[in-house]
Amino acid sequence: MSAAHAELPFWKRHLFSTDHKVIARQYMLTGALMAIVGGLFAAAFRHTLAWPGESVPGFGVLGPDRYNTMVTLHGTIMVFWVAMPVLVAGFGNFLIPLMVGAEDMAFPRLNMLSYWVFFLSTAVLVASLFVTGGGSGVGWTTYPPLSTSARFGAGLGVDLWILAVALEFVAFLMGGINFITTAINKRAPGMGLWDMPLFVWEEIVASVVFMLSVGPLVAGAVMLLFDRNLGTGFYDPAAGGDPLLFQHLFWFFGHPEVYVLLLPALGILAEVLCALSRKALFGYRVVVWSTLVAGVLSFVVWAHHQFISGIDPRLASPFSLTTILISVPFSITIFAFLATLWKGSIRLELPMLFAVAMLAEFLLGGVTGIVNGSAAADIYIHDTYFVVAHFHYTLFPIVVLAPFAGVYYWFPKMTGRELHRGLGYAHLALTVVFFNLTFLPMFSLGMMGHHRRIANPSMFEHLRAGQHLQVLATVGAIGLLVATVPFVVNVFWSALRGRQAERNPWRATTLEWDTASPPPHGNFDAPPVVSRGPYVYSPDGAGEDFVPQGAPDTSQERAVPAVAMAEAVAP
Amino acid sequence: MSAHAETAQDLDPRSTEVPTGRVAVWWFLASEIAIFGGAVVCYLLFRLRHPEWSAEAAHTITAAGAINTVVLLTSSLSAVLAHAAAGRGDGPRAARMLWYTVGGGLVFLVVKAYEYTHEISAGMVPSRGLFWAFYFLLTGLHALHVTGGMVALGAVARGAARGQHLGRVELVAIYWHFVDIVWIFLFPLLYLSSGGSR
Amino acid sequence: MLEDLPVAAGSFARTIDQHMRLIYWICGVWFVAAQGVLFYFLWRFRQRPGVRAAWLPAEGRRELAWIFAPVLLVLVCDLVIEFDSARVWAAVKEHAPEASLEVGVHASQFAWEYQYPGPDGRLDTADDFRARQLHVPVGRVVSLRLESRDVLHSIFVPQLRLKQDIVPGRQLRSWFEATREGTWPVVCAELCGVGHTFMQSTMVAEAADTYDRWAAAQAAGGAR
Repeated sequence: MSAAHAELPFWKRHLFSTDHKVIARQYMLTGALMAIVGGLFAAAFRHTLAWPGESVPGFGVLGPDRYNTMVTLHGTIMVFWVAMPVLVAGFGNFLIPLMVGAEDMAFPRLNMLSYWVFFLSTAVLVASLFVTGGGSGVGWTTYPPLSTSARFGAGLGVDLWILAVALEFVAFLMGGINFITTAINKRAPGMGLWDMPLFVWEEIVASVVFMLSVGPLVAGAVMLLFDRNLGTGFYDPAAGGDPLLFQHLFWFFGHPEVYVLLLPALGILAEVLCALSRKALFGYRVVVWSTLVAGVLSFVVWAHHQFISGIDPRLASPFSLTTILISVPFSITIFAFLATLWKGSIRLELPMLFAVAMLAEFLLGGVTGIVNGSAAADIYIHDTYFVVAHFHYTLFPIVVLAPFAGVYYWFPKMTGRELHRGLGYAHLALTVVFFNLTFLPMFSLGMMGHHRRIANPSMFEHLRAGQHLQVLATVGAIGLLVATVPFVVNVFWSALRGRQAERNPWRATTLEWDTASPPPHGNFDAPPVVSRGPYVYSPDGAGEDFVPQGAPDTSQERAVPAVAMAEAVAP
Repeated sequence: MSAHAETAQDLDPRSTEVPTGRVAVWWFLASEIAIFGGAVVCYLLFRLRHPEWSAEAAHTITAAGAINTVVLLTSSLSAVLAHAAAGRGDGPRAARMLWYTVGGGLVFLVVKAYEYTHEISAGMVPSRGLFWAFYFLLTGLHALHVTGGMVALGAVARGAARGQHLGRVELVAIYWHFVDIVWIFLFPLLYLSSGGSR
Repeated sequence: MLEDLPVAAGSFARTIDQHMRLIYWICGVWFVAAQGVLFYFLWRFRQRPGVRAAWLPAEGRRELAWIFAPVLLVLVCDLVIEFDSARVWAAVKEHAPEASLEVGVHASQFAWEYQYPGPDGRLDTADDFRARQLHVPVGRVVSLRLESRDVLHSIFVPQLRLKQDIVPGRQLRSWFEATREGTWPVVCAELCGVGHTFMQSTMVAEAADTYDRWAAAQAAGGAR
């Protein structure tokens, strides 16, 4: 199979490949490229916030219009063009078939199509920056009526923005169907649903949540396009429409979307924590169940983004309650992760260090979420820098630290080579320091009453006392960009010159470690047969401190029907 | 394993009794239901607040809608027959039945186009009011799905005529039934909700 | 962090502050405890030669109690916060007290305008007057009638802990009672377009008699 693949022309092997590993790489590289764009935009508008009116190197003076565009595109890019392709599509594509022991996705050509639709969406988004009037500057939430009309300042850039996001949704719908069907139907013989690594579970729940929450927003986006181009008034009160309708549709998707990103990140964490503490995941089934419960609950929390938006105030308490309830399944998961470390034999390797950083930073995001979730505190906190600080303390660990942990962990599998340690330590230290330098000051700014999305804080007398914090945050943001340099250097240098990696450098149990590094087209030399759960680390006894899922069953610990096995192994 | 094998592709080892294609189509439909569901719920929320829309709904051409309902239901019947033929391994007949279904879709679109022309030339354009905005949104989305379904049906029919990929006949048939069911919701909600005002 | 809060100049400002203080301490304790456990474990269970990790898949009830017990504690803390939140929310947003002054707030891209009732005490009558500054008397309940003629805006006065979105097509209401004299910023907290950053005015909370004199002079001067 792999020999046949090697004979394919270059463009079929690297560009229009149906191999899930190549598609994963395409998603990750596109996402990484967009992360640099989104990061540069952030540095540009942070520069303007720290030193208003001064020219930003490479960008010139950012007036309020371009400031709004930078902020809007930063949010849009980081959520839809970085988090989704890297976390959901990148890791999902690379790992799901390997972890379930399949030779590829259920629908490899649909998978390829998914990437190229995503690529098209990227092109449309980039193009939107260069049309008359510039890119969208109406916020990543795109609330009408502001977003409905050029009269209010929303030009062609907004149409292209909507089109790009819609195409992106289509790409991830195709990807999600592939993930779900692959995990349902392409598992290796012997692998029951309860034998799947937690990462696969998290990816499936994330895909299902995405598929079921995005639909209404797709309808809402079409309605917005109608309002903009056909003169309808879905969101225009003068025509009988309702601007709040869009907010409901947006957050019915927008809040579950947070969990669509969080779940794969938790999945990466689980794999790293177990392998590098040589411990079985504490309460695997309970963690899976709480993930499922969180997935269901995520559909009934959306209005906590709208406490003061003009909805009936009596709705606040029910949504405040559901919001607080959803903290229960996630506390279960976090406590289970902590308990996994208990009595482990913890190796402080780079993936582990990034995983710990993720947990530690995410905890601050989690507890500050309680402040936002409380309707009463939200009256003051809403639309201030406190919210900005809070969601960066959740999303940065999810979207940046967890994938870094994942890259440091799976890089040997992806490329067959090891990453350089020294550069890795530098990357970790710089990232953590500058991240906190960027966002800790924002909690204080928010408490001072610093509202969001203003281009020039110096116009407000009451905000001048906090200007030094804005400067600190900007220094941090620029530092964060610098902090990725050792990472980029490390990835490219190691991919070409790094030390050769073994098949299973971490001595991990899951199936992706049972094949060559990197795995050939078709993944496994012989179809794996699974005889146990995913995390058999340090079982009682004196033997090896791990038993791979695919290792032959010698102890009769589980009876696999012999007939089924024979049939499955037969070509 | 071989007991489940219906066609050549299904010989892949799989973890459940359900063919992979069927799993995928049902998940695809779940996401489609979320899209149409979202739009229809929005419409209903407005409709309940605006009883006066029944006067607008009276301007829809109920007869055309009724004809289209019959056409779509009939086309679903031929899709069922195609599925049955494919189950017996009779590719050419399955293909013929699928082409009948495509024909049904075509008739549906022609009638729909006639309605649109009539309505737009009578001034009932999307910007006339929210009822018409919803009317064009919902029927437009639906017509788009009919068109997409026809392309899929045609593609599968071409393969089926040569006896290839007969397992896919069922998948397009499921999708076509979904398009049909959406219409069964839209027809009363948009055409028949004129509240006896006429 | 809480010491960064601006001066509390409205009747419910302290109520909201106290609620935030409650959250601050509950969450603060949890945060420190969780970090402590995490880093203690990392140190205590670091890799050591000859020490093998324990086999603890924890599928039984007795092991799982180790996570369910703290989760139960989390839930109790959550509910304490939630009840306090509901109480404060109801006091601020659900039950507005009887107002002695009603002011119309007109938000537009990108300015604030305030509509005062004039001598007859009622809005939308011939003797109304308009102002660019929000003058209010200390110690009296002021009701705001919020209107926008274009896009979403949000009125935010940090010192009052007052914030409410303003939605075109709806007349939303908000209220406050200034408890101390001062001049405070009124800003827009919802992105409203390219001039969002310019959208501000000031609120002058003054003694009741000073306010009455100002209002009388404005009314006599006619609508501006």
